[in-house]
Amino acid sequence: MGAQIRVYRQKIASTSSMKKIFKAMELIATSRIGKARQRAESATPYSEAITRAVSAVATQHDIDHVLTQKAENPKRAAVLILTSDRGLAGAYATNVLRRAESLTGLLQDSDIEVSPYLYGRKAQAFYDFREREYAQVWTGNTDAPEVERAREIGETLVERFLQPTDEGGVDELFLVYTEFQSMVKQEPVVRRLLPLAVVEEDADSESEVLPLYDFEPSAEEVLDSLLPRYVESKIFTAMLEAAASELAARQRAMKSAADNADELIRKYTLLRNNARQAEITQELTELIAGADALAAS
Amino acid sequence: MAELDVQVVAQDHAVWSGAARSITGRTIEGDMGILPGHTPVLSLLAEGELTIEPVDGQTVRAHVNGGFFSVDSDKVTIVANDAELREES
Repeated sequence: MGAQIRVYRQKIASTSSMKKIFKAMELIATSRIGKARQRAESATPYSEAITRAVSAVATQHDIDHVLTQKAENPKRAAVLILTSDRGLAGAYATNVLRRAESLTGLLQDSDIEVSPYLYGRKAQAFYDFREREYAQVWTGNTDAPEVERAREIGETLVERFLQPTDEGGVDELFLVYTEFQSMVKQEPVVRRLLPLAVVEEDADSESEVLPLYDFEPSAEEVLDSLLPRYVESKIFTAMLEAAASELAARQRAMKSAADNADELIRKYTLLRNNARQAEITQELTELIAGADALAAS
Repeated sequence: MAELDVQVVAQDHAVWSGAARSITGRTIEGDMGILPGHTPVLSLLAEGELTIEPVDGQTVRAHVNGGFFSVDSDKVTIVANDAELREES
């Protein structure tokens, strides 16, 4: 009997210490979401300015740039998958990977070879465990992405895109990441980055008429340097959104973990009290029985 | 007098914004000055100094490393890969 109480006590103690950890992680995630969203907001002027500029160039010139040219028969596609480094964020990484899997399946069905680029240790672990090949992996700092990283990824992917398909280049570039819609809703999404198609949409949605720009030194050169920047900026924005989503997912996961711990503690406390009461009752019964036996003799 | 509405942004943050009388920046083809009423232009920036004469206050200098700037009806957007404000000496 005494042993049972001890077991329950141990369980209560360990659950409460876990609860403290969950609580702390939840608080950390909460405070970081604010920061992550702020970073996403401060990156917005740049991406807006660059989108505007790209659509300005695009509306005035029938752009015939490598980055916008669609391959007749796409043979190979790069897929950049943005996940997290750490778990403990509920189904965050799983959801992104599942979305990426369905995209991969879709591409392979149309005879397009997929060359995955991974971001975050979770994606790497997923591919390593299944012993699948991937083109390149970046890990570290997924919850606070840096511009330099985005630039590096952008450069790598644009370079791969510019390579001829026969020499291992890719014809398309997809981005799979988690879109931060609100604190409670994050959706894994797929975006096609290359060849660029965004431009036309932007021109349509823009109600104001873009002025006729002069280009210095020339429209081609401006475009040459703008488009890679544009891709980088898109990747960076996606990384920031993914980071905010990761933190929001973690916060929610930790909150429900702490709630569950609470529930467990309550259950164990009840059981412990039961066990204690049973022990007391038994002791009393034994005492009374003993006293009765003595009195009878 | 007409003013320029200036916005300087780097990849991950806004650097400076406000009204200005003139801007000088280094494009890849040489220095370029912008005054109010400039024709719309989109130009690539080289590494170098960017000088903004605000309507009020002291001259703002920034070191810019690549990027581009666009001018359109007195609205100037400088989009830099890296931009760092220099303390006025």
